[in-house]
Amino acid sequence: MSGFAKPLKIALGLIVIAGLIVVPMNFNRYGLFILSQWAVMTIAAMGLNLTLGYAGQVSLAQGAFVGIGAYASAIMTAHGWPLPVAILVAIVLSFAVGWLLGYPALRVQHHYLAFVTLAFSTLAFLVFRNESWLTGGIYGISNIPRPHIFGIATNKPLPFYYVCLGSLAIVSLAVWWLIRSPWGRAFMALRENPLRAQSLGIDTRRYTLMAFAIGSALGGVAGALYAPLTQYIDPVPFNLSLSLDLLMMVIVGGAGFYFGPFLGAMIAVLLPEWLRFTEGYYLMLYAIAVMGLLVWSPTGILGILDRYMAARRTKAASALRAVAKSRLETAQ
Amino acid sequence: MSNLFDLLVAGLATGAIYALVAVGFTLLWQTSQTINFAQGEFVMLPAFLMLAAMHVGAPFWLAIILGILLSMILLGLAFKMLLVDPMMRHGVLPLAIATMALAIGIKEAVKQFFSAEASPFPSIVPTGDITVLGHVVSLQSIGVLVVAILAVFGLTTLLNRTSLGHQMQAAAQNPMVARIIGVPVERMILLTFLINAFLVALASLLITPIYLAKFSSGEVLGQAAFIAAIVGGFNQVRGAIAGGLLIGVLDNLAAAYVSTQYRAAVPMIFLIAVILFRPQGLLGRAEERTV
Repeated sequence: MSGFAKPLKIALGLIVIAGLIVVPMNFNRYGLFILSQWAVMTIAAMGLNLTLGYAGQVSLAQGAFVGIGAYASAIMTAHGWPLPVAILVAIVLSFAVGWLLGYPALRVQHHYLAFVTLAFSTLAFLVFRNESWLTGGIYGISNIPRPHIFGIATNKPLPFYYVCLGSLAIVSLAVWWLIRSPWGRAFMALRENPLRAQSLGIDTRRYTLMAFAIGSALGGVAGALYAPLTQYIDPVPFNLSLSLDLLMMVIVGGAGFYFGPFLGAMIAVLLPEWLRFTEGYYLMLYAIAVMGLLVWSPTGILGILDRYMAARRTKAASALRAVAKSRLETAQ
Repeated sequence: MSNLFDLLVAGLATGAIYALVAVGFTLLWQTSQTINFAQGEFVMLPAFLMLAAMHVGAPFWLAIILGILLSMILLGLAFKMLLVDPMMRHGVLPLAIATMALAIGIKEAVKQFFSAEASPFPSIVPTGDITVLGHVVSLQSIGVLVVAILAVFGLTTLLNRTSLGHQMQAAAQNPMVARIIGVPVERMILLTFLINAFLVALASLLITPIYLAKFSSGEVLGQAAFIAAIVGGFNQVRGAIAGGLLIGVLDNLAAAYVSTQYRAAVPMIFLIAVILFRPQGLLGRAEERTV
């Protein structure tokens, strides 16, 4: 987006944020639910974007971490703990499990890593389903309470939407800071060339584990919000297809682009809703749209924009060069 | 003991089908670096193509031929030309995602245009039981095993004994050199896609009578085939066959001896162990690391 002037970018950002706050005020219950879901899935996709887009580690387990976070928050809030504490526990838990999941990444890469994480995803699903003393098994956990934030009850859809939006804002700022910190640059070095990163003195072992752990922790945050959002969880939403969906969101939006997950989640959550008027055909059309987009631009939506900006910059640069050249020639 | 024997036969029969599906999966990977996440749906679809043909009045044998032909056109030719070819140069991941979308598309299309209910499917093998070595074994298991073994035997003969097979292997192992010595690499790649389409149609024909035709039946099968391919060796046809049989038997034994709740976990843990300790698979050769 570097083609925009900076004040213009800030203004655009403020308009979008204001829109996200003001416009949903007269949405109905269902519209608010979908928008809250978008915020929650964006958080999970941002985590995967850190692992995959920035650090280059393929993971098909992000859905499992959403599940871990959701169960942690559902079980704790049902026992009377406040949501912020539950979120903290979800973060710590998914960070720790994500760290462990990073160990295979030290040994294998690419499709092998994809399949290890895929297996982990299935194992997590089996645990959610079978350990019914903890997770309620196939009957799940119902009546998950919504929190009081600063003394305000968030039982109604609109206040809880603001909880989700606020969490998204906090996570966005944290990720923004992270990818500009030395850590973020180490992640990108890891993605671009692990050997060179190592020769530059980056502890690739530690950063690989870190990339998994931080990415998974954000999945846990998303899950911890998902549970009070739906107020009922069972194992089904956290099966392998959620991991695949999240991966699709990251790639379709644009892996390694900061705003990629926002757009990817928008397409994955909102597009099927907009296509709902087509009745039974909507998932089919969604699948065709995703395939078409990827054939057209494998780097996702932001990839298209990026190429357009790059082309414009090259054009502008070569125009400047031409001017400079003609000036030189007239001076001679 | 008799129980173990039955479990082994049933396991080998499912394993043989996994092997068929996994072989196609490794063929696509070898020739075009395609990880086909829709492979399970590729097995589900031909059965519905055949059912559709029977709905408009075709006899079973004609429906089978039509189903196999349509499968080769849609899942072989069209899949390669419309999805794989335009995306091949962009690397493995975007194409893998596109095949995930394809899996959703196929599933939804079948649900929408055919039925969300499970439909019965006629068997090409006679049903009933026979007695082998004092054990009662279902004819279906034996039939599935025999057909699958014949198919795999035919394929390995084609690959290892014929000049066409040698050209295919050359194209898969080193496209550049193959091109220099005059192998029509493009045509060989297309051939592997057609073979994959044929194998999934055959697997569909064998497995659907047992598990019924359902739009969602591809998920489990696709996952089993992935595991089989990786366990056996991603870059080896014989690895995929061994992996398929192994996973089939393991799955059946796990269901009987571990717990029905965690039966699905056993192949998964096995998969993780194999990847961590022998990433190239039990029979695979190590791939050179590209930096």
